Amino acid sequence: MAWWEVLVQQTINGLTRGAVFALIALGYTMVYGIIELINFAHGDVFMLGLFVSLAWFTLLGATQTLTGWQLVTVLPLVFLLTMLTTAVLNVAIDRAAYRPLRRSTRLAPLITAIGVSFMLENVALLWKGPAPIAYPDVFPSVDILREWFGVDSAIFVTTKDLLVVGATIPLMLALHYFVSRTTWGKAMRATAQDRETAEAMGINVERTILMTFFIGGALAGAAGLIQGMYYNIGQWWMGYQAGLRAFTAAVLGGIGNMAGAALGGFFIGFLSAWSDQYISARWTNAIVFAILILVLVFRPHGLMGERTPEKV
Amino acid sequence: MRVSRITAVLAAFLAVVALVTGADAQQCPKGKLRLYTSWPMQGAMLPEGTGMKNGVDLAVSEVGGVVAGYCLEVIGLDDASPQTGKWDGAVEAENANKAVGDPLAIVYIGTYNSGAAKVSIPITNRAHMAQVTPANTYPGLTKKRGAAPGEPEIYRPAGIVNYFRPMPADDIQGAVAAKWAKHLGAKKVYVLNDQELYGKGIADVFEATAKKIGLPVVANEGIDWKQPDQKPVLTKVRASGADLVYMGGVIETGAQVIIRQMKEVGLVAPRTRFLGPDGLLEEELLKGATCDAALRTEMRITFAGLPFEKMRGVGAKTYEAYKAKFGKEPTSYALYAAEGGRVIIDAIRRAAPTLEHAKDVTEKREAVRKAIATTKNFDGINGKWSFDENGDVDYDTMSGFKVVKADTPVGCKFQFETILE
Repeated sequence: MAWWEVLVQQTINGLTRGAVFALIALGYTMVYGIIELINFAHGDVFMLGLFVSLAWFTLLGATQTLTGWQLVTVLPLVFLLTMLTTAVLNVAIDRAAYRPLRRSTRLAPLITAIGVSFMLENVALLWKGPAPIAYPDVFPSVDILREWFGVDSAIFVTTKDLLVVGATIPLMLALHYFVSRTTWGKAMRATAQDRETAEAMGINVERTILMTFFIGGALAGAAGLIQGMYYNIGQWWMGYQAGLRAFTAAVLGGIGNMAGAALGGFFIGFLSAWSDQYISARWTNAIVFAILILVLVFRPHGLMGERTPEKV
Repeated sequence: MRVSRITAVLAAFLAVVALVTGADAQQCPKGKLRLYTSWPMQGAMLPEGTGMKNGVDLAVSEVGGVVAGYCLEVIGLDDASPQTGKWDGAVEAENANKAVGDPLAIVYIGTYNSGAAKVSIPITNRAHMAQVTPANTYPGLTKKRGAAPGEPEIYRPAGIVNYFRPMPADDIQGAVAAKWAKHLGAKKVYVLNDQELYGKGIADVFEATAKKIGLPVVANEGIDWKQPDQKPVLTKVRASGADLVYMGGVIETGAQVIIRQMKEVGLVAPRTRFLGPDGLLEEELLKGATCDAALRTEMRITFAGLPFEKMRGVGAKTYEAYKAKFGKEPTSYALYAAEGGRVIIDAIRRAAPTLEHAKDVTEKREAVRKAIATTKNFDGINGKWSFDENGDVDYDTMSGFKVVKADTPVGCKFQFETILE
């Protein structure tokens, strides 16, 4: 491989890796924007998204590689069902664990969030056991350059890479449209800016918070499904790991800022892929967090954050 | 009348006692010695635990339970905690203390988990009691190669070697694997490790041996195995032009992701092949990695010792004897437990003259410990071997396995390919 081929390949690797981080980071940042809570359980909702999506595939009898018409029927259906399941789960978590503490100190819901995180992990542990679960190869993997275009290149791009990008970008655009163009989105932005005033203006704040958790949970479910189809592996503790990276991405982009979270996710994806290549995989975590510290020292509000950010 | 009945019962009882002890004294003129075993005997470990216990019983029954006038009694302990079903340091320490506190106890046989051995070795060491393991393969328990700083001295507070293992430690696998890689025609190797004790230890030994025998190693890289995406690392492997990936790790630490994604980034035979240690010898791994990827990377692994059905001489006989006595296939470490039992019996026989004149129990234990340490040219299940100064065997017989297509639910399996020496 020539040096530029390596760079291109690693950039593609970083793009797919970052897309999943970005999707999870969006859920973190939305909840933070609205109620200033770092929802530590979010990573575990993502993990359950992977497990739940596998259950849906199994229930629909689609545990082999999907073909032809199944890709346009079964796959969107599983996307929908998984996102719905995790969205409802996320709303239930808010109702049970965070809402009763809405008026207490900011530390209280943070602690319950950690508690919920442990509970979700143990649910997964009881459900699937401690060993890594093998996620079936439901999405076909085709070597695009060679098999579709007949180009014999050292660079590998598969249909699975396309799936990751092709599923995350539309989701992000839809979210952007929802928040910036709809009445619901306007209510969310208003609540994020000033909850009391929003309430005084007749916005149903509790319903807005509910909607935020619903969308955040749906995005986490989509990310879990995508991760399952892309990497074909899942384990009960994976939510903690992924959540930590995604949280870092959210902070890097400026927590509370949605474009920032997406940018932060991709940034960490690229950075870690390049670090694996040009430095050493052993140092990747250290490098990612060193950059995070540097960014926060020079830009305390993150890459996209402003002093008076328009949150959500 | 009443009194005489009681007397009669008493007399009968005394007669029985006299008979029993009399017979005992006849068979065991020199008294009784106890062997304590300690490993998990519940949950998922019950089959292996029972297999190892059977192995010890087999060795004892071969001499009719008597050696040089001493009767042998095996006391089986469980070092698992009932809450978790897994080995527990506190339980293991309690077991070792129980053995050390019993004046009839002469040798401690255990443990299964290397972590548990770390707890019990210092206890038996202080009591000069020999400890023989049927299963621990972590190098640091006996030697510096592949060990953490301070090992193995921290396990020897009395300054003596009391811990012995009748099978090769993990570091030998790294060395043998490097030689096999060269034999298989590898020109350039990329070594990955999971940054854990077992995996990194083996990978380091592989790297050192490969360099010694002139097989270039591009890098020995620790991976973040909790990350399900190893494509960037594997892209780097591809860019390096390595034709073999050696991965030091176990099934839980990312090997299945590595193998699966090797296929996805185009690292397949004949361009690049995969080699690993016996921590990967599990059907679960093939399920997770998929047979397709395992076959296309021509996945091979090394395995310490020989598979039972390939054993010759004593090994073959032991295998048959075990099946005849217990009516089933031995578990992975059952025959090593039998080997350990035989080593102990042989040592007691050689130490018998010293045992008779021993002043106290510590002297007896010390005599047996010394006898075990000087085991030479022992006719074992993998051939003749001796203990070295660390309490390790001096043979490095290993076998090589390759993944082949099979008519199993998974679709492929590990098949014995060659003996590596």
